[in-house]
Amino acid sequence: MPSIAPRLARRFRLILAAAAIPFLAGCNMVVLDPAGDVARQQGNLILVSTGLMLLIIVPVMALTILFAWRYRAANRQATYRPDWDHSTQLELVIWAAPLLIIICLGAVTWVATHLLDPYRPLARTAPGQAIAAETQPIDVQVVALDWKWLFIYPEQGIATVNELALPVNHPVRFRISASSVMNSFYIPALAGQIYAMPGMETKLHGVFNETGQYTGFSANYSGAGFSDMRFAVKSLSDAGFAQWVAETKAGGGTLDRAAYLKLEKPSEKVPVQRFASVEPQLFDAVVNLCVEPGKMCMHDMMSIDAAGGAGIAGIRNVRSLTYDKFAARGTEPGYWGKRYVGALCSSPLLAQDDRPDATPVDLAPLTGAGLPSPGEPDSAAVALASRPAPRS
Amino acid sequence: MSTTTLAPAAAPEELRFYDLDEHPHPEGHSTMLGFWIYLMSDCLIFAILFACYAVLGGNYAAGPAPKDLFELPLVALNTAMLLFSSITYGFAVLQMQQGKVRGTQLWLAITGLFGLAFLGIELSEFHHLIEIGATPQRSAFLSAFFTLVGTHGLHVTFGTVWLVTLMVQLGRHGLIAANKRRIMCLSMFWHFLDVVWIGVFTIVYLMGMLR
Amino acid sequence: MTPHPAPETGPFLGRLSLDALPLHEPILVVTFIAVAIGGLAIIAAITRYRLWGYLWKEWFTTIDHKRIGIMYMILGLVMFLRGFSDAIMMRLQQAMAFGGSEGYLPAHHYDQVFTAHGVIMIFFVAMPFITGLMNYVVPLQIGARDVSFPFLNNFSFWMTTAGAVLCMISLFVGEFAQTGWLAYPPLSGIAYSPNVGVDYYIWSLQIAGVGTTLSGINLIVTILKLRAPGMGLMKMPVFTWTSLCANILIVASFPVLTACLALLSLDRYVGTNFFTNDFGGSAMMYVNLIWIWGHPEVYILILPLFGVFSEVTSTFSGKKLFGYTSMVYATVCITILSYIVWLHHFFTMGSGASVNSFFGITTMVISIPTGAKLFNWLFTMYRGRIRFELPMMWTVAFMLTFVVGGMTGVLLAVPPADFVLHNSLFLIAHFHNVIIGGVLFGLFAAINYWWPKAFGFKLDVFWGKVSFWCWVVGFWLAFMPLYILGLMGVTRRMRVFDDPGLQIWFVIAGIGAAVIAVGIAAMLVQFAVSIWKRDQLRDESGDPWGGRTLEWATSSPPPVYNFAFTPVIHDLDAWHDMKARGAARPTSGFRDIHMPANTGAGVILAGISLVMGFALVWHIWWLAGLSFVALVATAIGHTFNYKRDYDIPAAAIAEVEDARTRQLAAAGA
Repeated sequence: MPSIAPRLARRFRLILAAAAIPFLAGCNMVVLDPAGDVARQQGNLILVSTGLMLLIIVPVMALTILFAWRYRAANRQATYRPDWDHSTQLELVIWAAPLLIIICLGAVTWVATHLLDPYRPLARTAPGQAIAAETQPIDVQVVALDWKWLFIYPEQGIATVNELALPVNHPVRFRISASSVMNSFYIPALAGQIYAMPGMETKLHGVFNETGQYTGFSANYSGAGFSDMRFAVKSLSDAGFAQWVAETKAGGGTLDRAAYLKLEKPSEKVPVQRFASVEPQLFDAVVNLCVEPGKMCMHDMMSIDAAGGAGIAGIRNVRSLTYDKFAARGTEPGYWGKRYVGALCSSPLLAQDDRPDATPVDLAPLTGAGLPSPGEPDSAAVALASRPAPRS
Repeated sequence: MSTTTLAPAAAPEELRFYDLDEHPHPEGHSTMLGFWIYLMSDCLIFAILFACYAVLGGNYAAGPAPKDLFELPLVALNTAMLLFSSITYGFAVLQMQQGKVRGTQLWLAITGLFGLAFLGIELSEFHHLIEIGATPQRSAFLSAFFTLVGTHGLHVTFGTVWLVTLMVQLGRHGLIAANKRRIMCLSMFWHFLDVVWIGVFTIVYLMGMLR
Repeated sequence: MTPHPAPETGPFLGRLSLDALPLHEPILVVTFIAVAIGGLAIIAAITRYRLWGYLWKEWFTTIDHKRIGIMYMILGLVMFLRGFSDAIMMRLQQAMAFGGSEGYLPAHHYDQVFTAHGVIMIFFVAMPFITGLMNYVVPLQIGARDVSFPFLNNFSFWMTTAGAVLCMISLFVGEFAQTGWLAYPPLSGIAYSPNVGVDYYIWSLQIAGVGTTLSGINLIVTILKLRAPGMGLMKMPVFTWTSLCANILIVASFPVLTACLALLSLDRYVGTNFFTNDFGGSAMMYVNLIWIWGHPEVYILILPLFGVFSEVTSTFSGKKLFGYTSMVYATVCITILSYIVWLHHFFTMGSGASVNSFFGITTMVISIPTGAKLFNWLFTMYRGRIRFELPMMWTVAFMLTFVVGGMTGVLLAVPPADFVLHNSLFLIAHFHNVIIGGVLFGLFAAINYWWPKAFGFKLDVFWGKVSFWCWVVGFWLAFMPLYILGLMGVTRRMRVFDDPGLQIWFVIAGIGAAVIAVGIAAMLVQFAVSIWKRDQLRDESGDPWGGRTLEWATSSPPPVYNFAFTPVIHDLDAWHDMKARGAARPTSGFRDIHMPANTGAGVILAGISLVMGFALVWHIWWLAGLSFVALVATAIGHTFNYKRDYDIPAAAIAEVEDARTRQLAAAGA
């Protein structure tokens, strides 16, 4: 199935494009024509699924119009059988036809969902371009703040706000979290979106196949400054990326915990910022809600809980746990919060970030009927990859 | 569906199209079914609260766990109160079926007292927990615990208010059909709360202590 | 953080103060003045013509399912105008806010508008419309005299209305939620929404939810218990079947919403940790719970309309419904399946691939029974003799529109496709495609179909056609651009845009919305013109369309007791069967009919609930406590009323029925 999928996709793309040209000339459908391999496969899937469904939708629409016209009351020539209300054969067909389509679509869905699982390390950068075993994806840690995006490059030791630069044709692994409310991290040109949630970490893998300037944004409403929560995405050549890193490093600025806490305060339309150095493990502290000194990290709390809690003695240990229950991040606690937290004494338990970076589950050996093992060259897919570059 | 429509002329004489001799439905004939469906919707609310407890019940937030807080003997006593109240409600229904107003009222009153005892013990448990600082605000586990057990307690409270109302109505009108129906509805409600409590006792208290 | 910090709480009025009146927002001030003038005019007119007594005795306190049904429809219509105003405001803002322009709505206002639009359209437009429809039609279709619990029916209506009123109060006193219509925490938590908006949201939905759940129970029992003799389950009209399934869904899903919102309000009011970031809470729990309610809700809305299309197609094709049995089974399948698809609303939350594909595939499976239904309608038309009256026009428009919405829905059920389309305008276009193309078109078909039954005269065809074409054209104009924008990667709930290339699409969508506005206006004109010309449009027969089900067996409008004698059912299309076999309507031998009596308890209880809701929103604790005590006391007081019904004497029935006999004779002559 998947091996023919791109071919089908191409055909449908042609048909759809031909039908839609008069209407859509000049509009850039980034979802169907992205610059990254993952997003392209997702876009192709849209076309394949649409095509499969049109197999039944088009006849239904045609029949509707045909029957409506042919059996209009004015047409006395047409057969009229007021008591005809059953036909086993016909009933079989009308249940079987959608069933068959859904069986096909279900198979496509099962395979594609596993292949394009955002948590799954990439097996190829482009159709036919398998990723060598020794290639490590570049790591980017993403934090959705109110209302801007923070990107931390742990290997390069730099961080940026509202600007993401990536080397082209190099797999990227995002680790994504948020400081306050739910957002969704989405770069349409690169790959599908995934939620960014406070106290949790989600993952996304992607790769750019073309250099250029793109846009990313939050795709989940997150409050007053949501509309402007957009960031520039640069897909750069290897040299360009190295230069960008060097410039950032040369630019100065340090993102330590104090700077993070200042940055985290709600702000809108934030211009691009760069930091030449980042406090190590800042991201882990963010995910664990323990950037502020004296806060207990979530993983510590969870290991205490797993061991049966901290008992009656732990009851009053509230201050080190309070994150944003009584006041939004970056604001003063209201009357209520102060009273509740302040009334209880604080006795911080251990608070260390010694958790190793989580290793992703390797899903690479995934196989299934008709499912090529990742990285296997695929002639049809190669043909697809040689399409002209999109306008950007 | 291969029904055939007969031509008008072929209509058999005896086919009736209107019920000319109908008897009105007895009043409240579908109340029981309606009340059952209501109980099921209420059951769904409890199901959600149980689900929340199942998901959040282990999140002590570095605070106390069930084994630090619960006193099983007290809870066992509480469970006994509620179970006894179900039995005494059963006696009330038996009295009702024999047509004895006084006896029904008496057993309802005893049921109410058991209900109040249950509530009293529950409130003293809550009071103790809040006093030592194990408040619903302290952790997700405690939030889920207080909400689940508290919602059940609220139901018992309303059941008790209903019980008292019913006793007054029995005094006024005796065992008329409407009152009998109400007694049966409250009976279903009361036993339903009993069943829910078995779930609470097992999942929250017993399994909590084992955790 | 928020433009309006949490206000201080006073002992007497809680958080309420003069600052709560949005005097600084000119749009709201003008709206308020217009609403106030309109409201005063209506009140003055009612007083002038001494209608208060009539309204109170005959309508507000009525337990007649037909009048309650009509009141539900009026509620839905009024709220529809509000919800549509919100839609126009959004379209205007999005068509304007390009190239550095901020548009005309600040975030604080715009965010309320889109939240209110969703909440109102689902809870206070679609729900009252379908509940009203079921209330009106179901008892007639099954040959019953009323619903099983007539008082509860009145109470349910007023609770729904109280919820709607509380939601409307938020327009002028305080603010509404700025969270999106499902109010995901942590954004809807006390830290990020410290003001009254989310509290208005919670309490208006909770109050209305009581009404919805009770009316669901009521209709299930009615359908199960009050069917006319001979009407086995498989002889029920399809609309009754779909209503039964929709009400089962209501009873089995609204408690989840109630519980979910109750937990959210505990988080906000008491400081518990269900959905908080810290102290072990889990916001994902909320998202799961709300969609466990939310997905069945979609089918609650659409199922009764599937029933409407079945009735309409069969009636206007002059044919039996094709595949009744498979239609019923399809409905039941949809009912069951709608519970195991909720996760498709958040594939992007990071579930594993197997979980995502499971929910994706179950979602697709729903399209099988839905597709079968569509074919059944199609083959009902096949070899029929189709009269293109307004209800049939809406049905054909539905069939052509809905398949597109269904297709894009299945597309969104493919998880990797959803990753790129989730929360985009493509999604917005999809669900408007099914809700407008399915639910609204169905409602319009139903209104045109059953209006003559409710009022005794047909609706004007010319204005009906104007409205029809404006709606259909306006819909495609308004939402096709959104599909395209979604494929261009534009996300929902945006207030301002950077890319000037997008503007043209938003302008087209705005024009579409304006065309729909004309369609709505034409519909209101249609109602007015029809009432004006009611004598020309009069239907004396009670069966203007050559109907097939029992509601057409009685007069239009039906008498209070619906049927002087309960019909006995021998065939699926009972009325068609009676007509075909020449069943004679009995004209003598009437008996007393036992009917429930009107009561004001429902209005009073709902009124007190409204006060309590308002007090809770504003933290006016003494008032909340007081109204709670009053609520319990009134409810208990009501149970002391044992005389809830009366007998209509046989003589009075004979009088009504004799008039009907003369009317039929005159019409036949």
